[in-house]
Amino acid sequence: MTAPAPLAWYLVLSAVLFGIGVVGVLARRNLIVVFMAIELMLNAVNLTFVTFARAHQSMDGHVIVFFVMAVAAAEAAVGLAIILQLFRARATVNADEVTTLRW
Amino acid sequence: MSAALFLVIAVLTVLGAFTVVVARSPVYSALGLVGTLFFIAVLFLGLDAQLLGFLQIIVYAGAIVVLFLFVIMLLNLQAELETLSAPALVAAAALGGLALAGLVAFGVARTPLGVPVLAEGFGNTVPVAERLFTSYLLPFELTSVLLLVAIIGAVVIGKKRLA
Amino acid sequence: MVTAEPLLRWIVLLPALGFLWNATVGQRAPRTSAVVGPGAVGAAFAIAIVTVLRLHGLEGGQGDGPPMLHDLVYRWIEVGPFHSDVAFRLDAISAIMVLVVTGIGFLIHVYSLGYMHDDPCFARFFTYLNLFITAMLVLVLADNLLLLFVGWEGVGLCSYLLIGFWYEVEANAIAGKKAFLVNRVGDASFVLGLFLLVQHTGTLDVAELQAKAGTLAGTMVGPMTLATLVCLLLFGGATGKSAQIPLFVWLPDAMAGPTPVSALIHAATMVTAGAYMVTRLYFLFDLAPAALAVIAWIGALTALVAATIAIAQADIKKVLAYSTVSQLGYMFLGLGVGVTGAALFHVVTHAFFKGLLFLGAGSVIHGMHGEQDMQKMGGLRRHMPGTYWTMLVGTLAISGVPFLSGFYSKDEIIAGAFLGPHPQPLLGVIGYVVAVLTAFYMGRLFFLTFFGEERFDHHHVHPHESPWSMLGPLVVLAVLSAVGGALDVPGQVNHFIGAHHEEATPFGMLVLAGALAFLGLGAAWYAYVREPSLPEQAATAAGGLYRFLRDKWRVDELYDAIVVRPLFALAEFLARIVDPDFVDGAVNGIADVVAWLSSRWRRLQTGNLQHAALSFLVGALVLLGYFVVH
Repeated sequence: MTAPAPLAWYLVLSAVLFGIGVVGVLARRNLIVVFMAIELMLNAVNLTFVTFARAHQSMDGHVIVFFVMAVAAAEAAVGLAIILQLFRARATVNADEVTTLRW
Repeated sequence: MSAALFLVIAVLTVLGAFTVVVARSPVYSALGLVGTLFFIAVLFLGLDAQLLGFLQIIVYAGAIVVLFLFVIMLLNLQAELETLSAPALVAAAALGGLALAGLVAFGVARTPLGVPVLAEGFGNTVPVAERLFTSYLLPFELTSVLLLVAIIGAVVIGKKRLA
Repeated sequence: MVTAEPLLRWIVLLPALGFLWNATVGQRAPRTSAVVGPGAVGAAFAIAIVTVLRLHGLEGGQGDGPPMLHDLVYRWIEVGPFHSDVAFRLDAISAIMVLVVTGIGFLIHVYSLGYMHDDPCFARFFTYLNLFITAMLVLVLADNLLLLFVGWEGVGLCSYLLIGFWYEVEANAIAGKKAFLVNRVGDASFVLGLFLLVQHTGTLDVAELQAKAGTLAGTMVGPMTLATLVCLLLFGGATGKSAQIPLFVWLPDAMAGPTPVSALIHAATMVTAGAYMVTRLYFLFDLAPAALAVIAWIGALTALVAATIAIAQADIKKVLAYSTVSQLGYMFLGLGVGVTGAALFHVVTHAFFKGLLFLGAGSVIHGMHGEQDMQKMGGLRRHMPGTYWTMLVGTLAISGVPFLSGFYSKDEIIAGAFLGPHPQPLLGVIGYVVAVLTAFYMGRLFFLTFFGEERFDHHHVHPHESPWSMLGPLVVLAVLSAVGGALDVPGQVNHFIGAHHEEATPFGMLVLAGALAFLGLGAAWYAYVREPSLPEQAATAAGGLYRFLRDKWRVDELYDAIVVRPLFALAEFLARIVDPDFVDGAVNGIADVVAWLSSRWRRLQTGNLQHAALSFLVGALVLLGYFVVH
């Protein structure tokens, strides 16, 4: 294997991806896109873990990512089911239009 | 991977991410997501995480995004006229995201990270499986239960209610 | 020398059981109260006699001090080193009081059988009377001041209940309230004295206090010794209970109660509790001459003021009430100058003749169908001979006619003012003045009631003699008033206290006293029998002075102005302004602030998912920033 790029760069990249994900969660109206942004954040974290696993030469990081993927899948399934049901009830997936739990 | 290659992949990843966040049509966002996930898989491979890299493609890009697309099609979501939330929120989000990224980057910059020589078989199935069935046995089992619960939950929640 | 005597508790218990019976069974079967009420007190009297005889049988062992009987019923309070027991103590002083209380109490119970015969609340009357006797006995027999105070408060309660016995008439209830409230002021002073005693000696047990009394005389509190302060506070309580200046105002109003009550409580027993208390604690008062001087002066002045008021009263019971206040003044004068034996002697003789006079007045009122105004009486000696003769004895006794009981006790006190351990000659002179006044107003009472033309309406009022249930006690008390001077009360008391043997009263003083008695009675005879128009002329001539005396020196009006009205004003202020505006305002204000805060705060709940996510982000940034920077 050739030497990889400086690992710090991977971490910066994952930070950037995470930041973009945050913006996506907060700034988009469409709930599905919000969900996708969440997935983006999860992947950024996965990247971080793998980078550290490489840095510390420990496979434990990979195992964690493994679990993260499993949980992300489960979460996506359930979350989309909820959005589906929401759409059936309110005919919208716009975050601004589902605010009945207000004061 | 060499630094140059990393930079190229990194830029593509970020572009994908942008697409997710900025695109008008949810389908375009989904496509952006696929791209991002794919390039992250490449990065995984570059970090000698072969198992994870392929898992990424199979599970994330292959299953999760497909799920997203299913739902988008089911709901027949169109391209939106106004994609963004209230401006104040957008501004706060931008600021927050920037701050977050900045903080993390700042923290990272102070962390010294070496690149040790790897043992044989690092990043393959065997070490992962080895850990899964010994030290992380409990989380492994619980995860299977979690998946079961998620399946049931998704089915129950997603059912068409009889009015 | 202390001997255990388990009989003592029965002196207190029997009237208590009588109270319980009358309060429960007696309500349904009032005729049983007629037996149980007097019977309980009579039995207590019998036991008292037995125990007193036993006490005298103990005479002799001089080693450990004077003999006494003691009965510890149970340990009531024990807090650290302090303890207070339900325990009774019979010594020379309490023996005298016990006999007076149970004996005269018994006579008055018998009298009440006749007097209250037709009253619908017959049983309730004996219930309260029995309770009173119980409380008074607790007071007298207590071996520690805390138990004494229980009795003290108990008699105050019974006084209230009995003054307002006919509470359907509002004036009676008000009089009862007044008695209770005025006594409360005195009690506050008393309690403060108790607090100081506990603080500095750690005990309220009389025997232990006697041992530790010296330390109190040594400690200074400002300009006075601690002993003086404590004695003044305790005496403050006595001014309330024994109706001295400044707290005497309740006693004349207390005449609203039935006459047996006036006789028992407000003449013979309860009002003497103050004097008894001082006697009981004399070892302490002896260490505070300043306090004794105060007591003497207040006693003498009270005697004088009350006597002047008595001259101008038209109601027969009011005259006797002020007379009681005046005679109580004598008792405190005696205590203040140091002739304790004479003072307690006067308590006893006063119980005899004042009890007699009140019961006699009750007989008159009973026979006159409720009339109490002496202006509407007259010539009753023809209609009520028994009452007439017994009241004659009483009048002579209180006036100090030689050889009757009052002569001896009163003159020993006045002699003590000149010759006693703490002499106050000026007060002795006042004592003589009051003696003349006493004879005069009592003569006035007697002559207005029993002599002269019959001023009542013959068509509606038919005076008749009272039944034997009422006359009997009158006769007994008349005998006692006459020969009671023979009782060696002063000797007993002084022996017990250890006071030096008093010299016999100088013969000259005795002569003077006798002469003054006849002077007063003679003047009354002249003014009310020989020249009946004289009093009216005198009253008109004196004008303002007469009205001042008749209106009891306007003390009630004074108190109303300087105490009652300011208190009411304060109460109004608090109720109308402080409570609604400040207290309610504060509470409502807090509620309003909370409501306002919450109305602002709740706007955070927009229901928007992304707003919540923003809060997450902010929090995460803060935490992250902290960890990164540190």
